[in-house]
Amino acid sequence: MNLTVNGDPHTFNGTTVTDLVAELNLTGRRLAVEVNREIVPKSEHDTHTLREGDTVEVVHAIGGG
Amino acid sequence: MSEDLLTIAGKTYASRLLIGTGKYKDFEETRDAIEASGAEIVTVALRRTNLGQNPDEPNLLDFVSPERYTILPNTAGCFNAEDAVRTCKLARELLDGHSLVKLEVLGDQKTLYPNIAGTVKAARELVDDGFQVMVYTNDDPIVAKELEDMGCVAVMPLGSLIGSGLGILNPHSLLLIMEQAKVPIIVDAGVGTPSDATLAMELGCDGVLLNSAVAHANKPVLMAGAMKKAIEAGREGFLAGRMPKRVYANPSSPGEGLI
Repeated sequence: MNLTVNGDPHTFNGTTVTDLVAELNLTGRRLAVEVNREIVPKSEHDTHTLREGDTVEVVHAIGGG
Repeated sequence: MSEDLLTIAGKTYASRLLIGTGKYKDFEETRDAIEASGAEIVTVALRRTNLGQNPDEPNLLDFVSPERYTILPNTAGCFNAEDAVRTCKLARELLDGHSLVKLEVLGDQKTLYPNIAGTVKAARELVDDGFQVMVYTNDDPIVAKELEDMGCVAVMPLGSLIGSGLGILNPHSLLLIMEQAKVPIIVDAGVGTPSDATLAMELGCDGVLLNSAVAHANKPVLMAGAMKKAIEAGREGFLAGRMPKRVYANPSSPGEGLI
């Protein structure tokens, strides 16, 4: 399915947020995920099913003041 | 000084220096500078993960661990309340439910001056959602009181523009804010030198948050240690109570027994 991930189009070959994180090579990293402007908590990554056209944000901590 | 602890949202800290993680040369320097600073509260920003990155690429929090430090996520780069609130919710999720956040809603890119209307709006929404909000603001005592009254756990007036190193330009305004405050007042933005930090503490501020002053020094780790001492010196000077200023001289040596 086609998603927008971090502002760019992405072709997704899975079902859940966990699948997407794995596809992005980010499994095990500390991050937060938002789908269509709603946070998907870590506890729901395994069960939250992504849909065609979903907008996903994957964020992490970086240096800042 | 073991009894003189900084209390924010019910948690106590021995260090009154809060430090940022931005603009260092690399993660090693970040880690070393923070260690030299003695800071216990460390700010971070939230940004999109680089996709397609090397899975072994280290992350900031590998070098500045949430086990060791109180990580304070900020809303840097947010120019409206909605983005700031969204960022705080993501931060809370990222940090396993920790709800202490540094709120900043900026007005423009050139000055990074706080947009007060947006700041007040975001603060209210975040406090209502259970966040513990440390709020970056200007040096307006009316705004400071409003932010405190709505439940922000600390108010953080700027000393001068973010990253400017211009120091404490508004000592009188800070005094007005501190006179009325019942929550910690932490100067955030504009500190450039150790003496700037000392001045803020001598005025009675509860703490200082700085980043550029250390990261943009020629020798950041050395400057971090200097800032630690500067803030301790300023705090002790404040608690010691300065000598009065006088119009005329007052000799230090006795007048009797002159030959």
